[in-house]
Amino acid sequence: MSSIFTKKNTVIALIVLAFVIPFVLQNQYYLHVLTLACIWSIAVYGLNLLAGFTGYLSLAHAGFFAIGAYSLGLLTVKAELSFWLAFLVAPIITMIIGTFVGIIALRTKEHFFAIYTLCVGYIIYLIIDKWDSLTGGVRGLIGIPSPANIGPISFDTPLSQYYFVLVVTLLCILMVYRIVHSLTGRTFIAIRNSEELALSLGISTAKNKLLSFVLSTFFAGVAGALYGSFIRFIGPEISYTTIMFDFLTYLIVGGIGTLSGPIVGTFLIVLLSQNLQFLQDYRMLIFGPLLTLLIIFSPRGIVGFVLTKYHQHQRKTSAVLKDARAKEG
Amino acid sequence: MILQTKQLTKQFGGLVAVKNVDFNIEKRKVNAIIGPNGAGKSTFFNLITGVHRPSSGQILYKGEDITHLPANKVAELGLARTFQTTNLFEMATVFDNVVVGHRLRTRSNFFDAIFRTKRLKEEEERCKQKALEVLEFTELSHIGHQLVANISQEEKKRVAFALALATEPEIVFLDEPTAGVNPDETESLAYLIKKMVNQGITVCLIEHKMRMIMDLADHIMVLNYGEKIAEGTPSEINKNEEVIRAYLGGSGASA
Ligand SMILES: Nc1ncnc2c1ncn2[C@@H]1O[C@H](COP(=O)(O)OP(=O)(O)O)[C@@H](O)[C@H]1O
Ligand SMILES: [Mg+2]
Repeated sequence: MSSIFTKKNTVIALIVLAFVIPFVLQNQYYLHVLTLACIWSIAVYGLNLLAGFTGYLSLAHAGFFAIGAYSLGLLTVKAELSFWLAFLVAPIITMIIGTFVGIIALRTKEHFFAIYTLCVGYIIYLIIDKWDSLTGGVRGLIGIPSPANIGPISFDTPLSQYYFVLVVTLLCILMVYRIVHSLTGRTFIAIRNSEELALSLGISTAKNKLLSFVLSTFFAGVAGALYGSFIRFIGPEISYTTIMFDFLTYLIVGGIGTLSGPIVGTFLIVLLSQNLQFLQDYRMLIFGPLLTLLIIFSPRGIVGFVLTKYHQHQRKTSAVLKDARAKEG
Repeated sequence: MILQTKQLTKQFGGLVAVKNVDFNIEKRKVNAIIGPNGAGKSTFFNLITGVHRPSSGQILYKGEDITHLPANKVAELGLARTFQTTNLFEMATVFDNVVVGHRLRTRSNFFDAIFRTKRLKEEEERCKQKALEVLEFTELSHIGHQLVANISQEEKKRVAFALALATEPEIVFLDEPTAGVNPDETESLAYLIKKMVNQGITVCLIEHKMRMIMDLADHIMVLNYGEKIAEGTPSEINKNEEVIRAYLGGSGASA
């Protein structure tokens, strides 16, 4: 295609837009919302890797998000570690806990897996909520530091924090992109398609499912750590099932099992719900039916819908071209 | 003889699906297993390919005991298979379906993926080359870019063959490879099976279509209620009284 709307150009344009948008908007509040949307989308990318590309719907994802946030919080506030060290260690702690949970959870499949992980998520919530001496219980954890200065670069303004989060988000998306487009990604997709077939092709499904699970907790952990450093106050509610189902909604609306689904879904819903805030909880009266319709008519969300239309269009044009050529020849 | 089962048995609860089966698979031949529905043919395949664990008995591959190996390890040793119902990824192209078939011969992991190492690039290239090669072999090159959802049943069977071949197998196990395709297509699949044997691959297949089997197989085993009731060349099987009673006469549906 010789148009300027190639995939590469579109991506570059979007990245440029993301970098200049603070100057266009000139609005602190929107900057705050955009920063949050970036953070959520990282977590949703993690969920997508596991649920979308490997076929295992984990409902413990908000739990791992909270583990990432609390790890950062506790390491900086209680253990008084330096910010950057804590920021590195937090996702690692999340992954270690993720490994143990994964080993057990992956003995189940399909809805049993979903139910099992839902329980794990709730247990994580209970632990955070009840383990007062460690987590501060319902009072939460306050005074989490913003990212420490790196040389001359400081992160104490909303703008610099936005850029920091944006860069981490882009790196995470790049990681997911590379994973999905590698042999590892193909392996995950083969497992999602049929574990029986994957095994018969010599793929160690157990090992690869665990890898996908742990990777998904890594992204949840990174998102959680960013959240902690950005909001600087965390409470047990960030591990609650409402957050979990927010993640899931973002993913389903954007497009489960698609590369751009998480970012599309997260930004769309976060921005929409900001604009519909005057409706309070009646928003759900709009979202509920819309979500149901979307799942019925486009199981792969908005991105899936666009992709399908695009492929149909391409098939039609190539068929027309062939016809024309046949007539000429 | 490349693979041998000794007194192979599988019980599902009270049901004995495969009972004390001794069977030899001969190298570079078409080895066929026939028998009425529910005779235990697919289960026999599942035992050999590591999907199910045998209740008792032994499986030897080139003299090595593989009785307790998991399915993915069995595949690594060079035993590939297709399933009674194809379970391809319908929403991906034929080519993309087949690429992952060579994954077991590669070593790159997720670090290679993230840093796009030389190893990953090389191995990806190898997988793609392999996919092109097996698509060529199965005469599917012209539909490589089509979605599996949009191709015919016979073409799907071929894709399943291609996927099995991409693992670089020594034996392929084909579970009812021509179920649900018309007579003409059956013949072209039979031709493909012969082509595989000519390439030096050992074939073991389950089949219902008697005429095709009699034509194609070098060696046939007949299962009935999990037990081997006969074994021999096609003409021997054709004459066997017990086979005629249990199978050829019994079900009648096997023309
Ligand atoms: N996973 C299983 N669990 C329980 N019973 C099974 C299982 N697989 C097959 N069977 C039973 O074993 C018997 C043989 O089945 P199968 O090997 O599929 O027969 P065939 O392929 O010859 O038609 C049948 O009675 C079937 O119900
Ligand atoms: Mg069967």
